[in-house]
Amino acid sequence: MRYVQYFIDAVALGSLYSLVALGIGLIFGVMRLINLAQGELLMVGGYTLFATNGWSVFVRVPLVLLVIVGLALLMERAFRRLRSAAPATMLVMTFAVSFLLRSIAQKRWSAQGKSMNIFSGLSHAFTVGQLRIRYVTLVSIAVGGVLLLGVNLFLNRTDIGLQMRAVASDRRIAQALGVRTNRVVVTAFALSGVLATAALLLFVPQRPTVTPDFGLQIAIVALIGVVVGGMDRLAPATFGGFSIGFANSMVFSLLPTGQRVFLDSVLYGLVIIVLLLRPQGLFQRERQTTRV
Amino acid sequence: MLVLLAGGLSTVFSQSVQLKFHNAFVITAMVVCVYVSSGNSGVISFGHVSFVAIGAFAAGLFSMKAQQKGAVFNDLFPFIKDNHLGNLATLILAAALGGLYALVVGIALVRLNGLSAGIATFAVLGITRNVLRNWTKVGPGAKSIPGVEETTGLTQALMALILCIVVAYIYQRSAAGRRLRATREDAIAAQGVGIRIYRERLIAFTLSGAMAGFVGAVYVHFLGSVSTDQVYLDLTFLVLAMLVVGGVDSLWGATLGGLSISFINTLLSEGEKGLSLFRQKFTLPTSSSGIILAALMAIVLLTRPKGLANGREFGLRGFRRRDSI
Repeated sequence: MRYVQYFIDAVALGSLYSLVALGIGLIFGVMRLINLAQGELLMVGGYTLFATNGWSVFVRVPLVLLVIVGLALLMERAFRRLRSAAPATMLVMTFAVSFLLRSIAQKRWSAQGKSMNIFSGLSHAFTVGQLRIRYVTLVSIAVGGVLLLGVNLFLNRTDIGLQMRAVASDRRIAQALGVRTNRVVVTAFALSGVLATAALLLFVPQRPTVTPDFGLQIAIVALIGVVVGGMDRLAPATFGGFSIGFANSMVFSLLPTGQRVFLDSVLYGLVIIVLLLRPQGLFQRERQTTRV
Repeated sequence: MLVLLAGGLSTVFSQSVQLKFHNAFVITAMVVCVYVSSGNSGVISFGHVSFVAIGAFAAGLFSMKAQQKGAVFNDLFPFIKDNHLGNLATLILAAALGGLYALVVGIALVRLNGLSAGIATFAVLGITRNVLRNWTKVGPGAKSIPGVEETTGLTQALMALILCIVVAYIYQRSAAGRRLRATREDAIAAQGVGIRIYRERLIAFTLSGAMAGFVGAVYVHFLGSVSTDQVYLDLTFLVLAMLVVGGVDSLWGATLGGLSISFINTLLSEGEKGLSLFRQKFTLPTSSSGIILAALMAIVLLTRPKGLANGREFGLRGFRRRDSI
């Protein structure tokens, strides 16, 4: 029974990280950009929640969504000029943006944690037999599932989704066929903003305070998950995000209490092993021979 | 040129600001270390700060007196607790440990490419930090190592930087360095002429690990104390940002990026406290230095995506564009 409990908790954390990972994966797909500043969407959203503490939920949620999507679109503008730059340059650019936003947050709100305080009912729990289930667990799994399904439908059933997949598989050819790349990239950023909003709201019961580093920690873990899963396609990237969240929670529960401080070492060790065994990604099909 | 620079600095800035420039030299030395491996091979490593950390912690712990260590860090292994080394010895020890650690890590990881390599080396950094922070037999735990003798002055910092640049230069002009650069330009063609990528990368990785360990020791002798957070994420990203802003593919780029950003960084953080420059008094608003620095880096990257050096390299006959590998 204990293990069922661990499993449920792990699935909940996994679905949170899969949302962030899907956002990172979408952007990587359309412009080969690893957005380290993805976490700053969550951070800025978190401070929006802090600033609007006490307002009605029906105002706060749309407002946070607006702020996060707006910031995502601003980021897109900042990265636009670098679309054909070397990967390292783009990575450092996203780092600079992340650093900039964290510095601003640090200056405005200091490094001390601020309470985000939304949906406090979600952290309550009910019991089924010996299982103790928090409402947020169920909601995370449900929202995660719905959003993943939604993005999947969007990519497969709409025109812009089709164009997005075309740009992801070959930008130059897609462009030559008349796909308006800018529109596609903007859509991808907006979509990743929506995903970040959902992830943020579901993270609140787990981590109720926001600090300038709040988002970076989440984004790094999700990014590791994306690479471990396989960056080249969305589904493996999302599963990768899920796995890292799942493993994080599972390893934590399984480690003896005294050894829990070594959680990071175990987790990173697993990451290294997976990367050595399957450098192309855990859920990626074997790649055809490298093109010469 | 660096000597002239140091001389110039001392005339422009007051004594207290000059002290802060040690930092710039040491950080730039780290950038050069990362360049030796990442610049020449084209594979970005997020893990080099772990070698810096190993060097810094080893040098810090061994330069503490035995009885002092017994009082503060009683859990340490006896051979760490009971031994004490002189300054030069700690530098050599740090270089050796950094090199050894890089060799072990490299044997496993240099076969990886691109992002997988980046994340795997990042994982090494995470493990290093986690172990140093929590395994009190080998590290100070969550505390910092206090009271390390501050022997790194402006001269020593500059000497360490020059040493790193010279080693990096000799390596990249050597046959091994040229072979590695060939794999960066075209991995398949390089293999075609008989270059073993794995071996060349491992050589560079180990060499740069040893250099990073050495710089770590220099760093701790400059800081006087060190904690795991000082040699973790922020330093990693800062060093990488300097490398990329300067220009990843040349030693001149690494040096230029390191020096310019860390000088600006120093100036800005001093500026927050009030800075007299050319006899004028400037004061920046508190914690605005990070904002300005990040904005500057972003502007440089947007206007010069290939970095400040833009592929230029220094040689014995002045600066020139790199036209051969």
